[in-house]
Amino acid sequence: MLEIAGVTLAYGDTVVVSDLTLQAADGEVLCVLGPSGCGKSTLLRGIAGLEPLQAGTVHLDGTTLSGLRPDERGVGLMFQEHALFPHRSVADNVAFGPRMRGSDPAEIDQRVRETLDLVGLTGTGDRKVDELSGGERQRVALARAIAPRPRLLMLDEPLGSLDRALQTRLLADLPEVFAELGTTVVYVTHDQDEALSLADRVAVMRAGRIVQQGGPSELWHGPSTPFVARFLGLEHLIEVEVHAATVSTPWRELDRSVVTDAGAGPGPGLAVLLADALRLASRSAPTLPHELTLTGEVMSRRFLGDHVRVRVHTADGRMLAVPVWRGAVPELGDEVELALDPGRIHLLAPDPDRSE
Amino acid sequence: MTNVRPSTARRGRPGAVAALLVVPVVFLGWFFVWPVSAIIGTGLAPEGQIELGVLTRVLTEETVRSVAWFTLWQAIVSTVLTLAVGLPGAYVLSRLEFRGRRLLQVGVTVPFVLPTVVVGSAFLALLGPQSPVNTALGAILGEAAPTLDLRRTVTAILLAHVFFNYAVVVRTVGGLWSMLDPRLEDAARVLGASRWRAFREVSLPLLRPAIAASAAIVFLFTFTSFGVVLILGGPGRATIEVEIHRATTQLLDLPLASSLALLQMIAVVAALSVYGRLSRRAEIQQRLVSSSAVRHRPRTGGERWLLRGNLLLATVLVLAPIAVLIERSVVTASGYGLGNWSRLLSRQPTSVLAVPASEAVRNSLLFGVSATLVALVLGGLAATAATLGRGRVTGLLDRALMVPLGTSSVTVGFGFLIALDRPVDLRGSAFLVPLAQALIATPFVVRTLLPVLRSIDQRLREAAAVLGATPSRVWREVDLPIVGRALLVAAGFSFAIAVGEFGATVFVARANLPTMPVAIFRLLGRPGVANFGQAMAMSTLLAALTAAALLAIDRLRVGQVGRF
Repeated sequence: MLEIAGVTLAYGDTVVVSDLTLQAADGEVLCVLGPSGCGKSTLLRGIAGLEPLQAGTVHLDGTTLSGLRPDERGVGLMFQEHALFPHRSVADNVAFGPRMRGSDPAEIDQRVRETLDLVGLTGTGDRKVDELSGGERQRVALARAIAPRPRLLMLDEPLGSLDRALQTRLLADLPEVFAELGTTVVYVTHDQDEALSLADRVAVMRAGRIVQQGGPSELWHGPSTPFVARFLGLEHLIEVEVHAATVSTPWRELDRSVVTDAGAGPGPGLAVLLADALRLASRSAPTLPHELTLTGEVMSRRFLGDHVRVRVHTADGRMLAVPVWRGAVPELGDEVELALDPGRIHLLAPDPDRSE
Repeated sequence: MTNVRPSTARRGRPGAVAALLVVPVVFLGWFFVWPVSAIIGTGLAPEGQIELGVLTRVLTEETVRSVAWFTLWQAIVSTVLTLAVGLPGAYVLSRLEFRGRRLLQVGVTVPFVLPTVVVGSAFLALLGPQSPVNTALGAILGEAAPTLDLRRTVTAILLAHVFFNYAVVVRTVGGLWSMLDPRLEDAARVLGASRWRAFREVSLPLLRPAIAASAAIVFLFTFTSFGVVLILGGPGRATIEVEIHRATTQLLDLPLASSLALLQMIAVVAALSVYGRLSRRAEIQQRLVSSSAVRHRPRTGGERWLLRGNLLLATVLVLAPIAVLIERSVVTASGYGLGNWSRLLSRQPTSVLAVPASEAVRNSLLFGVSATLVALVLGGLAATAATLGRGRVTGLLDRALMVPLGTSSVTVGFGFLIALDRPVDLRGSAFLVPLAQALIATPFVVRTLLPVLRSIDQRLREAAAVLGATPSRVWREVDLPIVGRALLVAAGFSFAIAVGEFGATVFVARANLPTMPVAIFRLLGRPGVANFGQAMAMSTLLAALTAAALLAIDRLRVGQVGRF
């Protein structure tokens, strides 16, 4: 079990991670999700011992890591943009860790072969690092990090520099590798799709602090702050007035028992329209009694493969996007009806700090 | 507008490349190939027939063998010492962030541009009995203090070589070090390597090309060291260069001098080819990062001590000789005073120089400016041709232009002396000095311009052409503004080299037209406080001139002085 308690990291006078506490259970895949510059890479460097902690402690399986040198910690770190040793072959890169731990040559050979098999690079050991494609480098970097079988594996934006197709393929392979190893994984990324699809648990980080953590679906259906909602890709945040028992939305007064709530007090609040809150009403699927009806004009249509995203300018002057999964897609300029499920409205306290 | 395929747009017609090359090729042929052939001819066939007697003499004679041996071992020891002092310096300057880093970076480069004669005088002053080092010893130890006099010792030569070449190692190795991805060492650390092991297994192999390159250059410079050894050495402490000078000016034995020059050329070519092979083998493709991302403030106690130690060392190494030089320049027979300096301006001929000292200053400036202009034209034409030409031509040109860099200045000067009576007798001409200086400065001009010319994004030229610029207009509007700064840098560099040039100049300068380095050498050769003081004043002025040129270059931040 990884326990990070009250950790603060700084470069000179600039505090990058402040008083951060976070845990990961044995064998758990914890994704740290946040925008670039939020301190997530620095956090990994701090855990690895590459940056000194200004405050706090790091424990792994009951032993104290903080205070140890990086080479004494026995953790694995896969660097952003690989940082492969350019003067060594694939096998020598992978063998580096076991060699530092003083394994005997036969054992190292065996381990290198196993590890290359595991990441799908069987038989590439003799190749030079600069002959590899981007995807292969990524796999070598992963192999190098896991070859010593660390108790904790940390990955820093491992898919960052790959094109979309390769990202998808590696994303599909990673869970298998993690399961095979069974180690605790801390995975840092700025991509919410990556985080939600890989993680057992996601911690959203902002400006050096964890703002929310939980399972992927917990986050998706119940973001706790406007920042988290926006970062997960929920684009509709609507200003509302919260009362003791009701909520005044621009369209109708709703009972608070109908909507979900992340602790919005009386006063101004924000209503997040969760992912499937809006749909296009049609003759075959008319608005249901509990739903709200919004009318508007189609302004644009974006073809996204399995669905079309239609942007509608509503009568009350908002721009709302709604996915159309099947059936006829309305033409530009058509008057349409949107059905809004009040059960998929999620109330938030307004963000005190909108400077994002 | 003609239809030009983009891939060939920049490739000039062969005719254009040839036209650009006419002047550089003629110059190189006349002032380099011809003199060098004359040396080979005189060395192998002094009387017009091939006669190996002289060459055999060179190889068997005891004194020549001891000179060759001394040349070799002092070069090796100088190289090892310079690396030992320079590598920690390279680390500190490339990896650590501290106050005054920029200043230190420029500071350590100053010795590299100082003329060898100035370095010689500075160490003569620093290591002599009158040096402040001895004054300080006397003040501390009283009567019992020993008087250190290291003039005319190997120690003096080695110290001066380290002083002179420190920047080569710091800049060449530091240049690469500051761009190595620090995460490579981080990765090794996380994988269980200790700090030292991570350096040995990751950074050291990656730095090897730069270390090999700087070692080769330092070896080359110290192997062919002339001015420093001429001034600081003594009997039994002469390099081949000094021996060529002695054979020419004192023994008047031109065949011996030619054979020595030949021996030296063979050694230099051998060293260069070994270096070429090493550097090819060591070439590793690697991702380099911006150097500012690499530096960090000292984090551990060890790093803080390393920083302090290097700051102290660099300060003492760089500042002490220069400070003593300046101090000595204001010492006259009757105590401190500006007598030495006022005589630099006087119109009275001095007994040693036969002309007023101020004329040496004037000559140096005049020759320096002329040599700079010649070198800029030659280097500019050659560099343009090399960018226009195709693969093989370019590669060949690249190497041909670098050859004078590997040839010692003494060889150039000596070659001028024995060869330039034909086809036109130029030996008495005052033009010979700037021509020799230009020959030595041209490779540096090419080295400065070529990377900049090559780095211009072809799409910039294409964009200008698409917007309606004619080829000459493209050159004026795109190439020139970008190369302009590099041209200024090349000019400053050439000027510094020309003004401080000694090895070739001492052979070709007429007695009544001495340059500053020649005048300093003559003044140092005569006894007396006044002569010494004046040599110091002139050295200080010369140092100031070259340092000013360097500082101007550094401001422009194009290219890196002393990086190979």
